Amino acid sequence: MNVVVLVKQVPDTESLVQIAADGVSIRKEDVKWVMNPYDELAVEEALRIREAKGGTVTVVSLGGARVQETIRTALAMGADKGVHIQDPAAEGGDALATARILAAALKSIPFDLILCGQRGVDEDNGQVGPAVAERLGIPHLALVVKLELLDGRVRGHRLVEGGTVVVEAPLPALITTQRGLNEPRYASLPGIMKAKKKPLEVKTLADLGVDPATVGAAGRKILVQALKLPPTRKAVRMISGETPEAVAAELVRVLHEEARLI
Amino acid sequence: MADGIVAVTEQREGKFRKVSYEVVSEGRRLADARGAKLTAVVMGSGVQGLASELAAYGADRVLVLDDPALADFRVEAYTEALAQALAADPPAVILFGATVQGKDLAARYAARLDAGLAMDCTAIDIRDGDLVFTRPMFGGKILAEVKIAGLPQIAAVRPNVMRIERQPRQAAVEAPALSLGAVPTAVVEKRMDTSGRVELTEADIIVSGGRGTGGNFAPIEELAAALGAAVGASRSAVDEGWRKHSDQVGQTGKVVSPTLYIACGISGAIQHLAGMSSSKVIVAINKDPEAPIFSKADYGVVGDMFQILPKLTEAVKALKG
Repeated sequence: MNVVVLVKQVPDTESLVQIAADGVSIRKEDVKWVMNPYDELAVEEALRIREAKGGTVTVVSLGGARVQETIRTALAMGADKGVHIQDPAAEGGDALATARILAAALKSIPFDLILCGQRGVDEDNGQVGPAVAERLGIPHLALVVKLELLDGRVRGHRLVEGGTVVVEAPLPALITTQRGLNEPRYASLPGIMKAKKKPLEVKTLADLGVDPATVGAAGRKILVQALKLPPTRKAVRMISGETPEAVAAELVRVLHEEARLI
Repeated sequence: MADGIVAVTEQREGKFRKVSYEVVSEGRRLADARGAKLTAVVMGSGVQGLASELAAYGADRVLVLDDPALADFRVEAYTEALAQALAADPPAVILFGATVQGKDLAARYAARLDAGLAMDCTAIDIRDGDLVFTRPMFGGKILAEVKIAGLPQIAAVRPNVMRIERQPRQAAVEAPALSLGAVPTAVVEKRMDTSGRVELTEADIIVSGGRGTGGNFAPIEELAAALGAAVGASRSAVDEGWRKHSDQVGQTGKVVSPTLYIACGISGAIQHLAGMSSSKVIVAINKDPEAPIFSKADYGVVGDMFQILPKLTEAVKALKG
């Protein structure tokens, strides 16, 4: 079974996100870059599939030089090889452009199954997985919390509002991973040492046959006008009282009479 | 109708989800502002009877995409049906509800058309004749205002945000012929929660618990029951195994926008604050007066949630009689 995992490097979720001086992008300095947490689930699941069924796990990522750290992390977890798509013309693209490039890269990588996180925790789009599947003309199952491989098919337990829906798709298929699927392993020290020797191929848009005009900043369909911080709230109003009863009564009064919420 | 507005609705078991009225109402506002016609789309099997309901929210036309292959949501079949139905008369703007289903369909459909999609919008404004979509990123730490190049412009709007407005009118109902062929995927099982609990992303009120619960969510459940609220949890409560992943509010969980969010025993890690900061009113109950949650709250109570919540539940019950 050949499994390809699409990973993205994102700012750590515990970090403060700041708007850059241009007003339309975030500050890239002083940011701790990590593998998108949902993609960690995808890497872990790919490794478990390989452990059960054999085959190879290939990790693909798009971005500048620092993205190699994230690919190495996946290799240290146990993935077999990495593909880094690096091209100045690919920088600054939107979800559609990213999907176009990744789908082009997948034309030259054999796969039975593609795994990726359900969304990046940076732009919160959730578009790349479905868009890659659409471009490749294969089915996809989104938000999978349990994955079963059957003969030539995959069965995904999808988390929807208020329940779980179990869907089967023929292979090849793309799966987007949701929290609950597994607990990603940490890279071990021997894993980190081994990762340094694993193959990591760098590809350009020309290698993939992608027209630079259709991707990157030039190909954007989503045009950012401004980034803003959410509106700040008024200072908190503390509710106090002699007893828990008094506090509760006052809070209910305020929510009922003033805020008119209950 | 290259200027038309389309609102794609979502039904389950023959009943519209609330976000459907929100997207149709929002579609009506855009159509009025631009002098355009609004088409609402209903998808499913045996859903003809639902069409008239959408006229009440201002649809000029209702397209009913009714086919046995659409009985269960399968994104490939829904994408194909929508593509066939809208191809003859391509609209300028297409709105979806940003639910699990709506986001999935919007993403695949936008890729099919190679069209720009603004995911999970909390506002759509018109500036100098152009649509400007506001969408939270980084779980709500940043708001992006974006325009979309080319047509159609596609947006998925966050549930619980757009105002529902009843505006009855006569709507033409059409049921275009579909030819969906073989669908590669099959739904083999559905396990739905039948307890009638409110879903987090659609809830008007959420009572949420964190590490301060020590794993005891009973007082939170009781307050939530009294308020008709949904129960949420912080990441640490989920990591401890006290609550399911699907209850998690935050940047790596659900982003919620209720009218009232009551955070109990939650200190307020950045990634949690990101997921609930678009709530209309936030109440924080925490032992630690220095907890960061108080910086995001409208009302704060410093105290032991195990003493305060039961009294709060009693007071709510007394109020509701």
